[in-house]
Amino acid sequence: MDRTDLDQTRAPIYEALEKFREMRVVPFDVPGHKHGKGNPELTAFLGEKCVGVDVNSMKPLDNLCHPISVIREAELLAADAFGAKNAFLMVGGTTSSVQSMVLSCCKHGDKIILPRNVHRSVINSLVLCGAIPVYVNPEVDHRLGISLGMSRDQVKKAIDANPDAVAVLVNNPTYYGICSDIRAIVKMAHDAGMLCLADEAHGTHFYFGENMPVSAMKAGADMAAVSMHKSGGSLTQSSLLLVGENVSERHVRQIINLTQTTSGSYLLMSSLDISRRNLALRGKEVFRKVVEMAEYAREEINAIGGYYAYGREMINGDSIFDFDPTKLSVHTRDIGLAGIEVYDILRDEYDIQIEFGDIGNILAYLSIGDRMQELERLVSALAEIRRRYKKDPAGLLSQEYIDPEVVCSPQSAFYSAKKSVPLKDSIGQVCSEFVMCYPPGIPILAPGERITANIIEYIQYAKAKGCSMTGSEDPDINNINVLI
Amino acid sequence: MNLWFSEYHAPDVRHSLRVTRHLYSGKSDYQQIDIFDTPEFGKVLALDGDVMLTERDEFIYNEMITHIPMSVHPNVQDVLVIGAGDGGVVKELTRYESVKRIDLVEMDPLVIEACRTYLPENACKLDDTRVHIYFDNALRFIRRSCDEYDLIIVDSNDPFGPSEGYFTREFYGICYNALRSDGIMVNQQGSPFYKHDAEAMQRSHKRIVNTFPISRVYQAHIPTYAAGYWLFGFASKKYHPIDDFDEERWKSLHLSTKYYTTKLHIGSFYLPAYLEKMLMEVES
Repeated sequence: MDRTDLDQTRAPIYEALEKFREMRVVPFDVPGHKHGKGNPELTAFLGEKCVGVDVNSMKPLDNLCHPISVIREAELLAADAFGAKNAFLMVGGTTSSVQSMVLSCCKHGDKIILPRNVHRSVINSLVLCGAIPVYVNPEVDHRLGISLGMSRDQVKKAIDANPDAVAVLVNNPTYYGICSDIRAIVKMAHDAGMLCLADEAHGTHFYFGENMPVSAMKAGADMAAVSMHKSGGSLTQSSLLLVGENVSERHVRQIINLTQTTSGSYLLMSSLDISRRNLALRGKEVFRKVVEMAEYAREEINAIGGYYAYGREMINGDSIFDFDPTKLSVHTRDIGLAGIEVYDILRDEYDIQIEFGDIGNILAYLSIGDRMQELERLVSALAEIRRRYKKDPAGLLSQEYIDPEVVCSPQSAFYSAKKSVPLKDSIGQVCSEFVMCYPPGIPILAPGERITANIIEYIQYAKAKGCSMTGSEDPDINNINVLI
Repeated sequence: MNLWFSEYHAPDVRHSLRVTRHLYSGKSDYQQIDIFDTPEFGKVLALDGDVMLTERDEFIYNEMITHIPMSVHPNVQDVLVIGAGDGGVVKELTRYESVKRIDLVEMDPLVIEACRTYLPENACKLDDTRVHIYFDNALRFIRRSCDEYDLIIVDSNDPFGPSEGYFTREFYGICYNALRSDGIMVNQQGSPFYKHDAEAMQRSHKRIVNTFPISRVYQAHIPTYAAGYWLFGFASKKYHPIDDFDEERWKSLHLSTKYYTTKLHIGSFYLPAYLEKMLMEVES
């Protein structure tokens, strides 16, 4: 396929699968369920149409490890739709996109500049490759208790202090919808001979909606990991890795193939293909509606009193360079409830599942699939929770950014000799594992970081409030692994 | 002509009515609206293929959802009616002189328009000066109100479509908040007979029990609804549906009714054993 032939109304993988279905090919290959006939219970549960296209790579359907026909075409169409030089269909979640992105440009001992409020997948990839993190202090909004974006000055300082770093990684946006000045950061990185990588797990819609924060590719970033399955509407675990002019497509493909399955799921790939087509054709309209819903919900929630549903008024030109208008983040501390408590009440008493609650905030994820009537339920439930549970917020901990002290690289901490000690006795020790609330999955402690009294207090408070803690070997985090 | 309208009352049970004429068919932002004529039940209103009312048996529903609370609360002045775009509940309410204001919140203007044209017998009182019609989502409308109504009547569709939000804890909570300290909320509570309906009925009963100090269920026989057997919820902040029932006061109003009687009022709260058990399961 020539680039000039790209037609966004096409969906080559989907079309090939439809054709494959009509051919009624007799399967003497894997998967062994043979279009579902070998697993009637699964077929009854998922449906014949679904299991019928859960098939293996074959000539008419191409091969994800080395695409030359329909997958290649789908990737070219995705690259075109997202304004990238190349796009890779990913089937291991955006975790795999992030890891491939980091592994493509960092080797053992290389430095990478990044904000501390990255997703665990970023630090995991440092464990894999042995690169050393240089954290940029994100600014903190003290009222809301959330980490913001990276300010230009802080990035500049980090670049000047670490001229040997190979890349700068940017959240575009953060889980809460906050964007750094990615255009300026790209320029600073490029001027210093570094690559700029973007974690766009929450930024798919930046490529299609109107009046959105700038997308990484448009800002000139070199690579971007894009969670199509979040705002893009594709199936869970499907993702895209986008690449710009400065990065070799072949090198990235080799890196992806180090860890990617050789049995790429056609359910996931076709969902990426169909979703990309939908976004290219109807994305503007879809995200206009999502923004309208979010704006409406913000107004209504703020009218209840006590809650603060924040939006573009937060923009300050630097650490909050832009705000994702589709995000519905609500600060709950002023009604006397931790975000995680509101999150639990919504689920347990109102049958409403939101994305996450942290110490001071909740996040309701709005998308392509929402309707006004459900939004009215959410707003009304929040009004009810305030009426029934409102109390004095005194005594509620405000979430503060805890500046990490990186003692050694995540990789050497992860693989060093270690011992398990009671959390309360671990002050001053170097942690060898992750500790985080999930979601949002941003580490409180990462391997190689010094444990402080502040951090222990924070972990104990989050546990007491009902946050689901993950990452550590001891699921209850009474004990923690530290370096010997 | 051998044209039949069929509605699933359960996955393996259908209820069919012979149709002589399709009078109206329209699609709004919310639902498919149809009105047709049948030999046995007269004109029928269906939303998304579910029968909402028929000329022949609407009196049972409208009388039972209205006169039960009106004969318990001694002084109903301000009433909020949710759904009920056909006007049947409003028609019954306007018979009470004590009622000063009826706010009707219906999300779908097209339902009211269609009923005004094709079911004027029901919609005839929508123009009463006490009636104020608001086209809005009821959740949004009510959460702005506090201590404002004596009676809320929830005349919604079943809980599996656009009316799902009217069977939720948040909805019952904002209704509670919108009622005065002696207010009553009455809602259509579905049928206890088929499994799917019974589970939904239990869920919503549980939520009401958790919200109101007094919550009782009463019954009526409605031929065109699932199993011909229908329930209503009586939720109240102060008045008990039987202990505070003032038979003489209601009789002195001399309202003629076709289904409701003061004896039936009491009888309708005496429920079959299987239903009592289902309610008790979720009350504890």
